[in-house]
Amino acid sequence: MALRTPITKRFISSSHASRSISSWWKHVDPAPKDPILGVTEAFLADPHPDKVNVGVGAYRDDNGKPVVLDCVREAERRIAGNLNMEYLPMGGSNKMVEETLKLAYGDDSDLIKDKRIAAIQALSGTGACRIFADFQKRFSPDSQIYIPVPTWSNHHNIWRDANVPQRTFHYYHPESKGLDFAALMDDVKNAPNGSFFLLHACAHNPTGVDPTVEQWKEISYQFKVKGHFAFFDMAYQGFASGDPERDAKSIRIFLEDGHLIGCSQSYAKNMGLYGQRVGCLSLVCEDEKQAVAVKSQLQQLARPMYSNPPVHGALIVSTILGDPDLKQLWLKEVKGMADRIIGMRTSLRENIEKLGSTLSWEHITNQIGMFCYSGMTPEQVDRLTKEFHIYMTRNGRISMAGVTSGNVEYLAKAIHEVTKAA
Amino acid sequence: MCYLIQMASVSLPSIALSATRSFQDKCKDKTKSGCLSKSAFFGKEKQPLSMKTQSDGRVTMAVATNTSRFDNITMAPPDPILGVSEAFKADTSEMKLNLGVGAYRTEELKPYVLKVVKKAENLMLERGENKEYLPIEGLAAFNKATAELLFGADNPILHQQRVATIQGLSGTGSLRVAAALIERYFPGAQVLISSPTWGNHKNIFNDARVPWSEYRYYDPKTVGLDYEGMIANIKAAPEGSFVLLHGCAHNPTGIDPTLEQWEKIADVIQEKNHIPFFDVAYQGFASGSLDEDASSVRLFAARGMELLVAQSYSKNLGLYAERVGAINVLCSSADAAVRVKSQLKRIARPMYSNPPVHGARIVANVVGNPDFFNEWKEEMEMMAGRIKSVRQKLYDNLSAKDKSGKDWSFVLKQIGMFSFTGLNKAQSDNMTDKWHVYMTKDGRISLAGLSAAKCEYLADAIIDSYHNVS
Repeated sequence: MALRTPITKRFISSSHASRSISSWWKHVDPAPKDPILGVTEAFLADPHPDKVNVGVGAYRDDNGKPVVLDCVREAERRIAGNLNMEYLPMGGSNKMVEETLKLAYGDDSDLIKDKRIAAIQALSGTGACRIFADFQKRFSPDSQIYIPVPTWSNHHNIWRDANVPQRTFHYYHPESKGLDFAALMDDVKNAPNGSFFLLHACAHNPTGVDPTVEQWKEISYQFKVKGHFAFFDMAYQGFASGDPERDAKSIRIFLEDGHLIGCSQSYAKNMGLYGQRVGCLSLVCEDEKQAVAVKSQLQQLARPMYSNPPVHGALIVSTILGDPDLKQLWLKEVKGMADRIIGMRTSLRENIEKLGSTLSWEHITNQIGMFCYSGMTPEQVDRLTKEFHIYMTRNGRISMAGVTSGNVEYLAKAIHEVTKAA
Repeated sequence: MCYLIQMASVSLPSIALSATRSFQDKCKDKTKSGCLSKSAFFGKEKQPLSMKTQSDGRVTMAVATNTSRFDNITMAPPDPILGVSEAFKADTSEMKLNLGVGAYRTEELKPYVLKVVKKAENLMLERGENKEYLPIEGLAAFNKATAELLFGADNPILHQQRVATIQGLSGTGSLRVAAALIERYFPGAQVLISSPTWGNHKNIFNDARVPWSEYRYYDPKTVGLDYEGMIANIKAAPEGSFVLLHGCAHNPTGIDPTLEQWEKIADVIQEKNHIPFFDVAYQGFASGSLDEDASSVRLFAARGMELLVAQSYSKNLGLYAERVGAINVLCSSADAAVRVKSQLKRIARPMYSNPPVHGARIVANVVGNPDFFNEWKEEMEMMAGRIKSVRQKLYDNLSAKDKSGKDWSFVLKQIGMFSFTGLNKAQSDNMTDKWHVYMTKDGRISLAGLSAAKCEYLADAIIDSYHNVS
């Protein structure tokens, strides 16, 4: 972090062309590399032919190549050249937001019909979380955010830069590599009434560990008892089970129980629109009037951050979701991506077990979504990188999307090497 | 309370939340509007649920709680600029004219997608490029191109690697990231902004918690630059302040300093140890020449000063909704530039992770291809030329139709997309209410939204508002 000392004297020369001005920026330290995006940078710099990138959560096909979905290509063909590039309204594309809400809240949602949801297009999941964090700070200035342990590392950055104090709640159980449900429920109960909680709707990042439906119901119930606020980060709808409706189950449970939730949605993964930065922030309100007021305040936060959101990705989304055939194609492609990952989970586990590992690797197939929390230590991960040119984040998170039939054996061998008893 | 604690600790198997009817359905039985009681989004103690056990052992939640926390949230005021377009859309008059937001329109008052942009997009479509995340700092080819466009490809500062550049979300996003950098590394330092300035500047610095103050800029008496006032205010500011300067085509006034005045402004900034912070949203749009419009920035850079520059491609490449821009920090050494760039990235990551790719690719393709680049320069000259010609026509109409002898030549002297008419709020309201001419309340009109055909009508409206309304 910066030195908080005021700038004192700077040497300046009075001559115009002088270069002897000392820098304003002496006190600026180099920032640490982002733990996730820094991995890809390192991977790209590595010349080794067998290198494997299982770092960032970006889907790859079985050849390890990035994928642009067919439905997206078709949508782009349709929108190329014939539309202007006028500013979207501050709240983004209405059409895209409408379709996006249906995904999270259900096609026949009464909340949508009754216009009780305040929603804006956001800069993917990051942008949605950030606007919410700023909104929370502005309208609930004394509140804190409860964040699961572990979570996507950028969650901490987002709420910190929004100046919202953070608390944590138990989530991952290292011994079982599953959910620490009892401790989670204790934390929920012990938090002061009316606390704000960040929940991953499905395919928890980085652990891949999700509560069961029954557990979600209990969590929802306890949230009701305590009057807590639930903010869902849903970055993987469709990617967890292959079925977007099923992946939204946690949210639907909370809605059935009458919670007035907040939700961040992203199309980075499930539509492969990573670099387009398309997402949505929504907040359920009491009535239409309140939703209008809340939306106006969300816009008020967006305006001094980026004025209005980018159009291209939003057009792709609304073109696809607004056309029944394209939407069907998308659903099929999402299932295809999810299925390939599920297949790789099975394959990785089998390969490691085949090598005779004495450790339990069932968590690879128990966990869900893009990531596998392998349980490897940072030191083991470092070995994977140094000795085997396998790139992943040091918390042991493997992006299963980067696993292919071409590299799964190599990966299994390397994992077995670094984890077997010496 | 005891009862509740007891209830809460009963394990799940003996409590089955009723699956047949939703909580809301049950509530609707109680009251017509739903039993959501009022409570505020202020972290107050929430009334815990009172629960009843039905005879079948199931627990129902009889009384609602944690209703909306958003009760006390009031409607935000409409944005003074973007709100104008919304009002315009709602107006049913045939005579209506939108001179609000600074978005270029053709003579037919249609939005304009540059031909070279369409070509670049088609090329991109053919290539079938992927949509992977850009790095946090954005598209490398774009960053290189944008710094070269701004400083000049042969500028030694680029060869010396003294410029930290990251792609940003157009001008707004780039300004916001820079503001966050200022807040983090120069706590307490203020930004001096011109009076008047683009409406969103204040919002940006407010939300970034950077204090600001104003320097005199617009002189209503001359409808020109209050040069002495500007210099005085900059001199009077605490040493080490940031001075926000419009690189060219000042928004909203259209009044730019002359080169001589820029030299003097640079003098006083250096004297006071201030840091220049340029907002360059109209490079190419002011004079029609990219290089000429960058001369203020290049003048400061040539003096060896460290400075910040926010850029936007919304207007000059017509990429408004694609949100393409950049923040550049010119440092005195390559080492400082590396460090600063890393911190700019650290600010961007929790804001949006990485910038949108589509618009950046368009820019990189246009600038990187000599034919496209030339075509772009031609189209920009055409756009700037159309604006110059409507300025002339408006001036001609004003001088011809206004018999009062008022000097309307400021219309010709001002430069860029906007004209500061000198109309006050009441007069601006008259423009809208009586003449269906939509503009911002500070008297700014966007000439980009004016057609030659409408010049006479606009002249009538301005003359009427100026003379008959106070």
